Amino acid sequence: MTLIDLATALFLLIGGLFLLVGSIGLFRLPDFFMRLHAPTKASTLGIGSILMASIIFFSFKGDGISIKEFLIILFMFLTAPISAHMLSKAALHVKQKPRQDTLNLDRLNAIRDRTNWASRS
Amino acid sequence: MLNTVILAVSAMIGISLLLNLWRFMIGPHILDRVIALDTMYINAIALIVILGIFMGSPLYYDGALFIAMLGFVSTSAVCKFILRGDIIE
Amino acid sequence: MQCDRSRRYRPRVFNFVLLFVVWILLTDITFGNMLLAAILAYLIPMVVGSLQSAAPRVAKPLKGAGYVLVLLGDIIVSNIVVAKQVLGSLDKLEPGFIAIPLELRQPLPITLLASTISLTPGTVSTEVSADKRTLYVHALNVENEPKLIAHIKHRYETPLKEIFEC
Repeated sequence: MTLIDLATALFLLIGGLFLLVGSIGLFRLPDFFMRLHAPTKASTLGIGSILMASIIFFSFKGDGISIKEFLIILFMFLTAPISAHMLSKAALHVKQKPRQDTLNLDRLNAIRDRTNWASRS
Repeated sequence: MLNTVILAVSAMIGISLLLNLWRFMIGPHILDRVIALDTMYINAIALIVILGIFMGSPLYYDGALFIAMLGFVSTSAVCKFILRGDIIE
Repeated sequence: MQCDRSRRYRPRVFNFVLLFVVWILLTDITFGNMLLAAILAYLIPMVVGSLQSAAPRVAKPLKGAGYVLVLLGDIIVSNIVVAKQVLGSLDKLEPGFIAIPLELRQPLPITLLASTISLTPGTVSTEVSADKRTLYVHALNVENEPKLIAHIKHRYETPLKEIFEC
């Protein structure tokens, strides 16, 4: 049980926990816009943490450092907000109903039509 | 010790995949299914990376990168299709 | 505008470095690979250059690096908060759409701000108004609407404005 193993195990556990939290959020949150929150962010951090564990493990176990996994981290962190944005745009387009107590629910049409908030109020 | 942790984390990711599959099956709208599939892609990448650590071989990395790219492209293609009814504008 | 001077070659240098590093990371570090990386990194931006829209100059790269560090810290801290919210009682959550008046004008800084907001847990950027003056954000838990808007503006928009100097 070396320090490397300990660090790898720690990052793996953190990553697994965040992936689980993201999936639980996807499972139990009530409406689509709220469901969008959990997977795009908790899962992104989770996969980042697991890839970090992989970097640590292979850098000290294998021959020479391995930072190839850093490319996947970068790719995930670049694309997660973009797919979240496209999904929420599509959800507005097909008129998904948010939860009833959502703040500013009455202005959903203004958001869909991309009008300026100030000019409408 | 590390092997135990790897097994535990694999179990967590397995539960996550089951939850995603459940959301994929019941999801009231097609977008819920899309987002469930997107999360399944992410969990699959995590599983592959963990398999790489378990086997002690960095070869699985390329598969993980491939799945990451496929996941993003397919999600954005479906979103484009829902938004415009056409993939290529 | 004074902020788009020297934009003709700066993105090209950036693209060269980015493609070179990515190619080296994807393969091994040998002489042949570095030569191939240099050729590809020179040719590809030339071929796809017409696809690129004009980007404003990055005035303070050091400040940009600091911004990324602050963002990483925020992602980790607020992910824990959201994890508690997701696992806790759902009736206590107060989701809502909020509107953030934008001071940024160029497309690239607005994209960066929207991506930042999406990565910071609790908020997902949903839509930009057609005149690019308002950013609509869906928040998971709105306790105090003006406070949240002020927080986002102060913490993320002001540094981005300084980085891009316009």
